[in-house]
Amino acid sequence: MNAGAGNSLQQRATRVAAIAAQFADNVDTQARFPREAISAMKAEHLLGIQIPADLGGEAAQVEQIAEICSIIGQSCAASAMIFAMHHIKLSSLVEHGQSAQWHRAFMRRVAAEQLLLASATTEGGIGGDLRNSICAIEIDGDVCRLEKNATVISYGTEADAILITSRSGAEAASSDQVMTVFVKDQYTLEKTNGWDTLGMRGTCSEGFVFRGAGSTEQILPHPFAEIAAQSMLAMAHLLWSALWYGIAVDAVTRAQSFVRAAAKRAPGVQQPGALRVAEASNMLQMLKSEIVACLNTYRHAKDDSDKLASMGFAITMNNLKVGASQSILQIINHAMLVCGIMGYKNGTPYSLGRHLRDANSAQLMVSNERILGNTATMLLIHKQNTSLLG
Amino acid sequence: MNEAIRELLAKVGGLPVAVEQISDEEDLYNAGLSSFASVQLMLGIEDRFDIEFSDQFLNRKSFASIKAIERTVEAILKNNEDA
Ligand SMILES: Cc1cc2nc3c(=O)[nH]c(=O)nc-3n(C[C@H](O)[C@H](O)[C@H](O)COP(=O)(O)OP(=O)(O)OC[C@H]3O[C@@H](n4cnc5c(N)ncnc54)[C@H](O)[C@@H]3O)c2cc1C
Repeated sequence: MNAGAGNSLQQRATRVAAIAAQFADNVDTQARFPREAISAMKAEHLLGIQIPADLGGEAAQVEQIAEICSIIGQSCAASAMIFAMHHIKLSSLVEHGQSAQWHRAFMRRVAAEQLLLASATTEGGIGGDLRNSICAIEIDGDVCRLEKNATVISYGTEADAILITSRSGAEAASSDQVMTVFVKDQYTLEKTNGWDTLGMRGTCSEGFVFRGAGSTEQILPHPFAEIAAQSMLAMAHLLWSALWYGIAVDAVTRAQSFVRAAAKRAPGVQQPGALRVAEASNMLQMLKSEIVACLNTYRHAKDDSDKLASMGFAITMNNLKVGASQSILQIINHAMLVCGIMGYKNGTPYSLGRHLRDANSAQLMVSNERILGNTATMLLIHKQNTSLLG
Repeated sequence: MNEAIRELLAKVGGLPVAVEQISDEEDLYNAGLSSFASVQLMLGIEDRFDIEFSDQFLNRKSFASIKAIERTVEAILKNNEDA
Protein backbone atom coordinates (compact mmCIF):
# COMPACT_ATOMS: atom_id res chain seq x y z
CA MET A 1 0.00 0.00 0.00
CA ASN A 2 1.07 3.56 -0.65
CA ALA A 3 3.16 5.04 2.13
CA GLY A 4 1.53 8.49 1.75
CA ALA A 5 -0.33 10.19 4.55
CA GLY A 6 -3.60 8.54 5.60
CA ASN A 7 -5.20 5.37 4.38
CA SER A 8 -8.92 6.00 4.43
CA LEU A 9 -10.66 5.12 1.15
CA GLN A 10 -11.09 8.80 0.45
CA GLN A 11 -7.41 9.57 0.98
CA ARG A 12 -6.39 6.67 -1.23
CA ALA A 13 -8.80 7.85 -3.94
CA THR A 14 -7.52 11.41 -3.67
CA ARG A 15 -3.96 10.21 -4.32
CA VAL A 16 -5.16 8.30 -7.39
CA ALA A 17 -7.07 11.38 -8.58
CA ALA A 18 -3.93 13.52 -8.32
CA ILE A 19 -2.08 11.13 -10.64
CA ALA A 20 -5.08 10.83 -12.99
CA ALA A 21 -5.27 14.64 -13.27
CA GLN A 22 -1.63 14.84 -14.35
CA PHE A 23 -2.22 12.61 -17.38
CA ALA A 24 -5.88 13.34 -18.19
CA ASP A 25 -5.22 15.63 -21.15
CA ASN A 26 -2.61 13.33 -22.65
CA VAL A 27 -4.89 10.29 -22.21
CA ASP A 28 -7.64 12.25 -23.95
CA THR A 29 -5.64 13.56 -26.90
CA GLN A 30 -3.85 10.27 -27.51
CA ALA A 31 -7.01 8.18 -26.82
CA ARG A 32 -4.79 5.91 -24.78
CA PHE A 33 -5.35 3.70 -21.74
CA PRO A 34 -4.78 5.73 -18.53
CA ARG A 35 -2.12 3.33 -17.30
CA GLU A 36 -0.70 5.70 -14.66
CA ALA A 37 -4.11 6.12 -12.97
CA ILE A 38 -4.97 2.43 -13.16
CA SER A 39 -1.54 1.48 -11.75
CA ALA A 40 -2.18 3.93 -8.93
CA MET A 41 -5.57 2.28 -8.24
CA LYS A 42 -3.78 -1.06 -8.01
CA ALA A 43 -1.04 0.37 -5.78
CA GLU A 44 -3.75 1.74 -3.47
CA HIS A 45 -5.52 -1.64 -3.59
CA LEU A 46 -8.73 0.00 -4.79
CA LEU A 47 -9.70 -2.72 -7.26
CA GLY A 48 -10.58 -5.26 -4.55
CA ILE A 49 -12.31 -3.09 -1.95
CA GLN A 50 -15.82 -4.36 -2.75
CA ILE A 51 -14.86 -8.00 -2.08
CA PRO A 52 -15.85 -9.41 1.34
CA ALA A 53 -13.11 -9.39 3.98
CA ASP A 54 -12.94 -13.19 4.22
CA LEU A 55 -11.91 -13.26 0.55
CA GLY A 56 -9.25 -10.62 0.98
CA GLY A 57 -11.25 -7.43 0.28
CA GLU A 58 -12.59 -4.63 2.44
CA ALA A 59 -16.37 -5.14 1.99
CA ALA A 60 -16.75 -1.56 0.74
CA GLN A 61 -20.35 -0.50 0.21
CA VAL A 62 -21.80 1.04 -2.94
CA GLU A 63 -21.83 4.57 -1.49
CA GLN A 64 -18.11 4.36 -0.69
CA ILE A 65 -17.35 3.19 -4.22
CA ALA A 66 -19.57 5.96 -5.62
CA GLU A 67 -17.61 8.55 -3.64
CA ILE A 68 -14.37 7.26 -5.18
CA CYS A 69 -15.91 7.43 -8.68
CA SER A 70 -16.81 11.04 -8.03
CA ILE A 71 -13.34 11.92 -6.69
CA ILE A 72 -11.53 10.38 -9.67
CA GLY A 73 -14.21 11.71 -12.06
CA GLN A 74 -13.20 15.24 -11.08
CA SER A 75 -9.70 14.56 -12.46
CA CYS A 76 -10.08 12.15 -15.38
CA ALA A 77 -13.50 10.86 -16.39
CA ALA A 78 -12.07 7.99 -18.45
CA SER A 79 -10.09 6.67 -15.46
CA ALA A 80 -13.18 7.00 -13.26
CA MET A 81 -15.29 5.18 -15.85
CA ILE A 82 -12.82 2.30 -15.95
CA PHE A 83 -12.90 2.14 -12.15
CA ALA A 84 -16.72 2.21 -12.20
CA MET A 85 -17.04 -0.49 -14.89
CA HIS A 86 -14.61 -2.73 -13.02
CA HIS A 87 -16.67 -2.42 -9.83
CA ILE A 88 -19.98 -2.93 -11.69
CA LYS A 89 -18.60 -6.26 -12.93
CA LEU A 90 -17.23 -7.10 -9.51
CA SER A 91 -20.68 -6.50 -7.99
CA SER A 92 -22.06 -9.38 -10.07
CA LEU A 93 -19.49 -11.68 -8.45
CA VAL A 94 -19.95 -10.29 -4.95
CA GLU A 95 -23.77 -10.37 -5.07
CA HIS A 96 -24.30 -13.53 -7.13
CA GLY A 97 -21.09 -15.56 -7.05
CA GLN A 98 -20.46 -16.17 -3.37
CA SER A 99 -22.13 -19.57 -3.35
CA ALA A 100 -19.82 -20.87 -6.07
CA GLN A 101 -16.36 -22.23 -5.33
CA TRP A 102 -14.81 -21.05 -8.60
CA HIS A 103 -16.07 -17.50 -8.17
CA ARG A 104 -14.97 -17.33 -4.54
CA ALA A 105 -11.48 -18.38 -5.53
CA PHE A 106 -11.53 -15.86 -8.38
CA MET A 107 -12.55 -13.04 -6.02
CA ARG A 108 -9.58 -13.92 -3.82
CA ARG A 109 -7.37 -13.54 -6.88
CA VAL A 110 -8.95 -10.19 -7.84
CA ALA A 111 -8.22 -8.85 -4.34
CA ALA A 112 -4.71 -10.30 -4.05
CA GLU A 113 -3.51 -9.61 -7.59
CA GLN A 114 -5.63 -6.47 -8.22
CA LEU A 115 -7.05 -7.93 -11.43
CA LEU A 116 -8.94 -5.55 -13.74
CA LEU A 117 -12.36 -6.78 -14.99
CA ALA A 118 -14.01 -5.74 -18.25
CA SER A 119 -17.53 -6.16 -19.59
CA ALA A 120 -18.91 -7.52 -22.85
CA THR A 121 -22.68 -7.17 -22.98
CA THR A 122 -23.06 -5.12 -26.19
CA GLU A 123 -23.32 -7.30 -29.30
CA GLY A 124 -23.42 -6.71 -33.04
CA GLY A 125 -27.08 -6.88 -34.17
CA ILE A 126 -28.40 -6.22 -30.65
CA GLY A 127 -26.70 -2.97 -29.61
CA GLY A 128 -27.31 -1.75 -26.10
CA ASP A 129 -30.26 -4.06 -25.37
CA LEU A 130 -28.30 -6.00 -22.77
CA ARG A 131 -31.21 -8.27 -21.86
CA ASN A 132 -31.02 -10.07 -25.22
CA SER A 133 -28.17 -12.01 -26.80
CA ILE A 134 -27.62 -13.63 -30.17
CA CYS A 135 -24.48 -15.62 -29.27
CA ALA A 136 -24.88 -18.79 -27.21
CA ILE A 137 -22.51 -20.53 -24.84
CA GLU A 138 -21.63 -24.03 -26.01
CA ILE A 139 -21.40 -26.63 -23.31
CA ASP A 140 -19.38 -29.76 -23.90
CA GLY A 141 -18.99 -31.81 -20.71
CA ASP A 142 -17.11 -29.58 -18.24
CA VAL A 143 -15.94 -27.24 -20.96
CA CYS A 144 -17.76 -24.12 -22.14
CA ARG A 145 -16.95 -22.19 -25.29
CA LEU A 146 -18.17 -18.83 -26.51
CA GLU A 147 -17.73 -16.70 -29.60
CA LYS A 148 -19.27 -13.23 -29.50
CA ASN A 149 -19.23 -10.26 -31.84
CA ALA A 150 -18.63 -7.81 -29.00
CA THR A 151 -18.80 -4.39 -30.65
CA VAL A 152 -17.71 -2.44 -27.56
CA ILE A 153 -15.38 -3.76 -24.85
CA SER A 154 -13.78 -0.93 -22.90
CA TYR A 155 -10.05 -1.55 -22.16
CA GLY A 156 -10.57 -5.04 -23.62
CA THR A 157 -6.89 -5.61 -24.36
CA GLU A 158 -5.79 -4.28 -20.95
CA ALA A 159 -8.21 -6.30 -18.81
CA ASP A 160 -7.24 -9.39 -16.84
CA ALA A 161 -10.69 -10.99 -17.24
CA ILE A 162 -13.91 -10.33 -19.14
CA LEU A 163 -17.44 -10.94 -17.87
CA ILE A 164 -19.50 -11.71 -20.93
CA THR A 165 -23.20 -12.37 -21.57
CA SER A 166 -24.68 -14.93 -23.94
CA ARG A 167 -27.72 -17.16 -24.34
CA SER A 168 -27.58 -20.07 -21.89
CA GLY A 169 -27.37 -22.66 -24.67
CA ALA A 170 -27.93 -23.27 -28.37
CA GLU A 171 -31.69 -23.78 -27.93
CA ALA A 172 -32.29 -20.93 -25.44
CA ALA A 173 -34.48 -17.89 -26.21
CA SER A 174 -32.63 -14.59 -26.72
CA SER A 175 -33.57 -13.39 -23.21
CA ASP A 176 -32.50 -16.64 -21.49
CA GLN A 177 -28.98 -15.48 -20.71
CA VAL A 178 -26.01 -16.31 -18.53
CA MET A 179 -22.86 -14.39 -17.67
CA THR A 180 -19.48 -16.10 -17.68
CA VAL A 181 -16.07 -15.04 -16.38
CA PHE A 182 -13.19 -15.75 -18.75
CA VAL A 183 -9.66 -14.98 -17.64
CA LYS A 184 -7.06 -13.52 -19.95
CA ASP A 185 -5.29 -16.72 -20.98
CA GLN A 186 -8.65 -18.32 -21.89
CA TYR A 187 -9.66 -16.01 -24.73
CA THR A 188 -8.50 -14.21 -27.84
CA LEU A 189 -9.70 -10.82 -29.07
CA GLU A 190 -9.76 -10.11 -32.78
CA LYS A 191 -10.12 -6.37 -33.22
CA THR A 192 -13.03 -5.25 -35.40
CA ASN A 193 -13.54 -1.57 -34.44
CA GLY A 194 -11.35 1.29 -33.26
CA TRP A 195 -12.26 3.94 -30.66
CA ASP A 196 -11.64 7.38 -32.13
CA THR A 197 -14.50 9.14 -30.37
CA LEU A 198 -15.70 12.54 -29.24
CA GLY A 199 -15.08 11.79 -25.56
CA MET A 200 -14.28 9.09 -23.00
CA ARG A 201 -11.33 8.43 -25.28
CA GLY A 202 -9.19 6.85 -22.59
CA THR A 203 -11.67 4.01 -22.06
CA CYS A 204 -10.33 2.49 -25.33
CA SER A 205 -13.71 0.86 -25.96
CA GLU A 206 -12.79 -1.05 -29.09
CA GLY A 207 -14.80 -3.78 -30.81
CA PHE A 208 -13.65 -7.39 -30.96
CA VAL A 209 -14.64 -10.85 -31.91
CA PHE A 210 -14.26 -12.62 -28.57
CA ARG A 211 -13.38 -16.32 -28.63
CA GLY A 212 -13.05 -18.05 -25.27
CA ALA A 213 -13.03 -21.48 -23.67
CA GLY A 214 -13.08 -22.37 -19.99
CA SER A 215 -14.68 -24.58 -17.39
CA THR A 216 -18.49 -24.63 -17.01
CA GLU A 217 -17.87 -23.67 -13.36
CA GLN A 218 -17.02 -20.18 -14.59
CA ILE A 219 -20.64 -19.52 -15.60
CA LEU A 220 -22.29 -17.46 -12.84
CA PRO A 221 -24.76 -19.71 -11.00
CA HIS A 222 -27.75 -17.34 -11.40
CA PRO A 223 -29.62 -16.36 -14.57
CA PHE A 224 -28.35 -13.08 -16.01
CA ALA A 225 -31.93 -11.73 -15.79
CA GLU A 226 -31.61 -11.88 -12.02
CA ILE A 227 -28.10 -10.42 -11.96
CA ALA A 228 -29.15 -7.51 -14.18
CA ALA A 229 -32.31 -6.72 -12.21
CA GLN A 230 -30.93 -7.21 -8.73
CA SER A 231 -27.53 -5.57 -8.86
CA MET A 232 -25.98 -4.76 -12.22
CA LEU A 233 -28.38 -2.11 -13.53
CA ALA A 234 -28.58 -0.34 -10.18
CA MET A 235 -24.81 -0.45 -9.68
CA ALA A 236 -24.21 0.86 -13.21
CA HIS A 237 -26.63 3.74 -12.92
CA LEU A 238 -25.38 4.69 -9.46
CA LEU A 239 -21.64 4.51 -10.19
CA TRP A 240 -21.95 6.15 -13.62
CA SER A 241 -24.01 8.98 -12.14
CA ALA A 242 -21.43 9.44 -9.39
CA LEU A 243 -18.57 9.91 -11.85
CA TRP A 244 -20.68 12.09 -14.15
CA TYR A 245 -21.37 14.22 -11.10
CA GLY A 246 -17.59 14.40 -10.63
CA ILE A 247 -17.18 15.82 -14.17
CA ALA A 248 -19.85 18.45 -13.45
CA VAL A 249 -18.32 19.34 -10.06
CA ASP A 250 -14.97 20.05 -11.68
CA ALA A 251 -16.60 22.17 -14.40
CA VAL A 252 -18.40 24.28 -11.79
CA THR A 253 -15.22 24.58 -9.74
CA ARG A 254 -13.44 25.96 -12.82
CA ALA A 255 -16.27 28.42 -13.51
CA GLN A 256 -16.27 29.53 -9.91
CA SER A 257 -12.53 30.19 -9.88
CA PHE A 258 -12.88 32.09 -13.17
CA VAL A 259 -15.44 34.42 -11.60
CA ARG A 260 -13.45 34.71 -8.38
CA ALA A 261 -10.29 35.68 -10.26
CA ALA A 262 -12.23 38.32 -12.20
CA ALA A 263 -13.79 39.64 -8.99
CA LYS A 264 -10.35 40.06 -7.47
CA ARG A 265 -9.13 41.98 -10.50
CA ALA A 266 -12.12 44.33 -10.37
CA PRO A 267 -13.29 44.68 -6.78
CA GLY A 268 -16.80 46.05 -6.25
CA VAL A 269 -17.95 45.20 -9.80
CA GLN A 270 -20.71 42.59 -10.15
CA GLN A 271 -19.35 39.77 -12.33
CA PRO A 272 -21.67 38.80 -15.19
CA GLY A 273 -20.78 35.12 -14.76
CA ALA A 274 -21.61 35.07 -11.06
CA LEU A 275 -25.32 34.44 -11.61
CA ARG A 276 -24.60 31.52 -13.93
CA VAL A 277 -22.33 30.03 -11.28
CA ALA A 278 -25.19 30.35 -8.80
CA GLU A 279 -27.53 28.58 -11.24
CA ALA A 280 -24.97 25.85 -11.89
CA SER A 281 -24.52 25.35 -8.17
CA ASN A 282 -28.28 24.96 -7.85
CA MET A 283 -28.37 22.26 -10.56
CA LEU A 284 -25.37 20.52 -9.06
CA GLN A 285 -27.08 20.37 -5.68
CA MET A 286 -30.19 18.79 -7.20
CA LEU A 287 -28.07 16.20 -8.97
CA LYS A 288 -26.16 15.41 -5.79
CA SER A 289 -29.39 15.01 -3.80
CA GLU A 290 -30.81 12.70 -6.45
CA ILE A 291 -27.71 10.48 -6.42
CA VAL A 292 -27.60 10.35 -2.62
CA ALA A 293 -31.33 9.53 -2.45
CA CYS A 294 -30.90 6.72 -4.98
CA LEU A 295 -27.86 5.35 -3.11
CA ASN A 296 -30.07 5.19 0.00
CA THR A 297 -32.88 3.55 -1.96
CA TYR A 298 -30.48 0.87 -3.18
CA ARG A 299 -29.01 0.29 0.24
CA HIS A 300 -32.46 -0.19 1.76
CA ALA A 301 -33.64 -2.46 -1.05
CA LYS A 302 -30.46 -4.51 -1.20
CA ASP A 303 -31.51 -7.23 1.20
CA ASP A 304 -35.08 -7.49 -0.07
CA SER A 305 -35.09 -9.34 -3.37
CA ASP A 306 -38.78 -8.51 -3.96
CA LYS A 307 -38.08 -4.81 -3.68
CA LEU A 308 -35.04 -5.05 -5.95
CA ALA A 309 -37.13 -6.89 -8.55
CA SER A 310 -40.01 -4.40 -8.37
CA MET A 311 -40.90 -1.98 -11.15
CA GLY A 312 -40.81 0.93 -8.74
CA PHE A 313 -37.13 0.29 -8.08
CA ALA A 314 -36.27 -0.13 -11.77
CA ILE A 315 -38.07 3.12 -12.64
CA THR A 316 -36.20 4.98 -9.89
CA MET A 317 -32.81 3.79 -11.18
CA ASN A 318 -33.74 4.50 -14.81
CA ASN A 319 -34.80 8.01 -13.85
CA LEU A 320 -31.49 8.58 -12.09
CA LYS A 321 -29.50 7.61 -15.19
CA VAL A 322 -31.55 9.66 -17.65
CA GLY A 323 -31.72 12.67 -15.33
CA ALA A 324 -28.03 12.67 -14.40
CA SER A 325 -26.85 12.24 -17.98
CA GLN A 326 -28.95 15.21 -19.10
CA SER A 327 -28.28 17.56 -16.21
CA ILE A 328 -24.48 17.30 -16.39
CA LEU A 329 -24.63 18.68 -19.94
CA GLN A 330 -26.64 21.66 -18.75
CA ILE A 331 -24.30 22.25 -15.83
CA ILE A 332 -21.15 22.08 -17.96
CA ASN A 333 -22.77 24.33 -20.54
CA HIS A 334 -23.39 26.91 -17.82
CA ALA A 335 -19.75 26.67 -16.78
CA MET A 336 -18.79 27.23 -20.43
CA LEU A 337 -20.94 30.38 -20.61
CA VAL A 338 -19.13 31.67 -17.53
CA CYS A 339 -15.59 30.95 -18.74
CA GLY A 340 -16.23 31.96 -22.34
CA ILE A 341 -13.34 31.52 -24.73
CA MET A 342 -11.05 30.51 -21.82
CA GLY A 343 -13.34 27.53 -21.28
CA TYR A 344 -13.65 26.77 -24.97
CA LYS A 345 -9.88 26.74 -25.52
CA ASN A 346 -7.78 23.74 -24.57
CA GLY A 347 -4.84 24.15 -22.21
CA THR A 348 -6.14 26.94 -19.97
CA PRO A 349 -6.92 26.50 -16.24
CA TYR A 350 -10.59 26.96 -17.24
CA SER A 351 -10.73 24.55 -20.21
CA LEU A 352 -13.99 22.65 -20.40
CA GLY A 353 -13.78 20.91 -23.77
CA ARG A 354 -12.82 17.53 -22.34
CA HIS A 355 -15.54 17.76 -19.69
CA LEU A 356 -18.19 18.51 -22.28
CA ARG A 357 -17.01 15.79 -24.66
CA ASP A 358 -16.76 13.15 -21.93
CA ALA A 359 -20.16 14.14 -20.57
CA ASN A 360 -21.78 13.61 -23.97
CA SER A 361 -21.19 9.87 -23.70
CA ALA A 362 -23.56 9.66 -20.74
CA GLN A 363 -26.75 9.87 -22.81
CA LEU A 364 -25.53 7.16 -25.19
CA MET A 365 -23.99 4.74 -22.75
CA VAL A 366 -27.05 2.59 -22.94
CA SER A 367 -29.12 5.02 -24.93
CA ASN A 368 -31.48 7.28 -22.99
CA GLU A 369 -33.99 6.65 -25.78
CA ARG A 370 -33.93 2.96 -24.98
CA ILE A 371 -34.11 3.51 -21.21
CA LEU A 372 -36.97 5.99 -21.53
CA GLY A 373 -38.76 3.45 -23.73
CA ASN A 374 -38.45 0.81 -21.00
CA THR A 375 -39.63 3.24 -18.33
CA ALA A 376 -42.55 4.27 -20.54
CA THR A 377 -43.61 0.61 -20.83
CA MET A 378 -43.44 0.12 -17.06
CA LEU A 379 -45.45 3.28 -16.44
CA LEU A 380 -48.36 1.78 -18.39
CA ILE A 381 -48.92 -0.48 -15.41
CA HIS A 382 -46.94 0.97 -12.49
CA LYS A 383 -48.88 3.34 -10.24
CA GLN A 384 -47.08 6.43 -9.10
CA ASN A 385 -46.09 6.81 -5.49
CA THR A 386 -47.67 10.17 -4.69
CA SER A 387 -46.21 10.64 -1.22
CA LEU A 388 -43.28 12.99 -0.59
CA LEU A 389 -41.31 10.87 1.84
CA GLY A 390 -42.50 7.31 1.15
CA MET B 1 -58.61 -18.60 -14.46
CA ASN B 2 -55.87 -20.75 -16.00
CA GLU B 3 -57.76 -20.69 -19.29
CA ALA B 4 -58.20 -16.92 -19.22
CA ILE B 5 -54.50 -16.36 -18.50
CA ARG B 6 -53.50 -18.70 -21.32
CA GLU B 7 -55.85 -16.91 -23.67
CA LEU B 8 -54.30 -13.53 -22.83
CA LEU B 9 -50.79 -14.95 -23.07
CA ALA B 10 -51.56 -16.27 -26.55
CA LYS B 11 -52.96 -12.87 -27.56
CA VAL B 12 -50.30 -10.50 -26.22
CA GLY B 13 -47.36 -12.68 -25.07
CA GLY B 14 -45.61 -12.78 -28.44
CA LEU B 15 -43.95 -16.08 -27.50
CA PRO B 16 -42.01 -18.02 -30.11
CA VAL B 17 -43.84 -21.25 -29.09
CA ALA B 18 -47.55 -22.10 -28.88
CA VAL B 19 -49.07 -21.45 -25.45
CA GLU B 20 -50.34 -25.06 -25.26
CA GLN B 21 -46.74 -26.21 -25.19
CA ILE B 22 -45.96 -24.21 -22.07
CA SER B 23 -46.52 -25.94 -18.74
CA ASP B 24 -48.02 -24.11 -15.77
CA GLU B 25 -44.67 -24.00 -14.00
CA GLU B 26 -42.44 -23.08 -16.93
CA ASP B 27 -40.44 -19.83 -16.70
CA LEU B 28 -42.17 -17.46 -19.12
CA TYR B 29 -39.18 -15.11 -19.42
CA ASN B 30 -36.93 -17.97 -20.43
CA ALA B 31 -39.63 -18.98 -22.91
CA GLY B 32 -39.17 -15.56 -24.54
CA LEU B 33 -41.64 -13.23 -22.79
CA SER B 34 -40.25 -9.72 -23.27
CA SER B 35 -40.72 -6.99 -20.68
CA PHE B 36 -42.98 -5.12 -23.11
CA ALA B 37 -45.14 -8.21 -23.60
CA SER B 38 -45.25 -8.88 -19.86
CA VAL B 39 -46.67 -5.40 -19.28
CA GLN B 40 -49.26 -5.98 -22.00
CA LEU B 41 -50.16 -9.21 -20.23
CA MET B 42 -50.48 -7.40 -16.88
CA LEU B 43 -52.74 -4.77 -18.45
CA GLY B 44 -54.88 -7.54 -19.96
CA ILE B 45 -55.18 -9.28 -16.61
CA GLU B 46 -56.10 -6.06 -14.79
CA ASP B 47 -58.85 -5.53 -17.33
CA ARG B 48 -60.10 -9.12 -17.40
CA PHE B 49 -60.27 -9.60 -13.60
CA ASP B 50 -61.06 -5.98 -12.73
CA ILE B 51 -58.10 -5.68 -10.38
CA GLU B 52 -55.09 -3.40 -9.97
CA PHE B 53 -51.56 -4.62 -9.32
CA SER B 54 -49.86 -2.65 -6.57
CA ASP B 55 -46.07 -2.19 -6.76
CA GLN B 56 -45.63 -5.12 -4.40
CA PHE B 57 -46.89 -7.46 -7.15
CA LEU B 58 -45.20 -5.73 -10.08
CA ASN B 59 -42.06 -7.82 -10.21
CA ARG B 60 -40.66 -10.67 -12.24
CA LYS B 61 -41.61 -13.26 -9.66
CA SER B 62 -45.35 -12.52 -9.81
CA PHE B 63 -45.33 -13.14 -13.56
CA ALA B 64 -42.61 -15.77 -13.86
CA SER B 65 -45.00 -18.61 -14.81
CA ILE B 66 -48.68 -19.24 -15.49
CA LYS B 67 -48.94 -20.72 -12.00
CA ALA B 68 -47.28 -17.64 -10.47
CA ILE B 69 -49.73 -15.35 -12.27
CA GLU B 70 -52.64 -17.42 -10.93
CA ARG B 71 -51.27 -17.12 -7.42
CA THR B 72 -50.78 -13.36 -7.81
CA VAL B 73 -54.31 -12.80 -9.13
CA GLU B 74 -55.78 -14.99 -6.37
CA ALA B 75 -53.87 -13.05 -3.71
CA ILE B 76 -55.18 -9.74 -5.04
CA LEU B 77 -58.78 -11.02 -5.36
CA LYS B 78 -58.61 -12.30 -1.81
CA ASN B 79 -57.18 -9.00 -0.57
CA ASN B 80 -60.05 -7.16 -2.26
CA GLU B 81 -62.62 -9.45 -0.63
CA ASP B 82 -61.08 -8.99 2.81
CA ALA B 83 -60.93 -5.25 2.44
C1 LIG C 1 -17.73 5.18 -22.99
C2 LIG C 1 -18.47 3.92 -23.31
C3 LIG C 1 -17.99 2.72 -22.85
C4 LIG C 1 -18.67 1.52 -23.11
N1 LIG C 1 -18.15 0.36 -22.64
C5 LIG C 1 -18.79 -0.80 -22.89
C6 LIG C 1 -18.25 -2.04 -22.43
O1 LIG C 1 -17.19 -2.07 -21.79
N2 LIG C 1 -18.90 -3.18 -22.70
C7 LIG C 1 -20.07 -3.19 -23.38
O2 LIG C 1 -20.63 -4.25 -23.57
N3 LIG C 1 -20.62 -2.04 -23.87
C8 LIG C 1 -20.00 -0.85 -23.63
N4 LIG C 1 -20.52 0.33 -24.12
C9 LIG C 1 -21.73 0.27 -24.95
C10 LIG C 1 -22.97 0.73 -24.23
O3 LIG C 1 -23.22 -0.08 -23.12
C11 LIG C 1 -24.17 0.66 -25.17
O4 LIG C 1 -24.40 -0.62 -25.55
C12 LIG C 1 -23.95 1.45 -26.39
O5 LIG C 1 -23.53 2.74 -26.05
C13 LIG C 1 -25.19 1.50 -27.22
O6 LIG C 1 -24.77 1.67 -28.54
P1 LIG C 1 -25.73 2.13 -29.72
O7 LIG C 1 -26.17 3.50 -29.39
O8 LIG C 1 -25.06 1.91 -31.00
O9 LIG C 1 -26.84 1.03 -29.74
P2 LIG C 1 -28.37 0.91 -29.48
O10 LIG C 1 -28.66 0.68 -28.04
O11 LIG C 1 -28.82 -0.14 -30.37
O12 LIG C 1 -29.05 2.25 -29.87
C14 LIG C 1 -28.92 2.92 -31.12
C15 LIG C 1 -29.93 4.04 -31.23
O13 LIG C 1 -31.18 3.47 -31.60
C16 LIG C 1 -32.23 3.99 -30.85
N5 LIG C 1 -32.89 2.89 -30.12
C17 LIG C 1 -32.49 1.61 -30.09
N6 LIG C 1 -33.33 0.87 -29.38
C18 LIG C 1 -34.28 1.66 -28.93
C19 LIG C 1 -35.44 1.45 -28.14
N7 LIG C 1 -35.78 0.28 -27.66
N8 LIG C 1 -36.19 2.52 -27.86
C20 LIG C 1 -35.86 3.75 -28.34
N9 LIG C 1 -34.79 3.98 -29.12
C21 LIG C 1 -34.00 2.96 -29.41
C22 LIG C 1 -31.63 5.05 -29.96
O14 LIG C 1 -31.85 6.31 -30.53
C23 LIG C 1 -30.19 4.74 -29.91
O15 LIG C 1 -29.39 5.86 -29.76
C24 LIG C 1 -19.86 1.54 -23.87
C25 LIG C 1 -20.35 2.77 -24.35
C26 LIG C 1 -19.68 3.95 -24.08
C27 LIG C 1 -20.22 5.24 -24.60
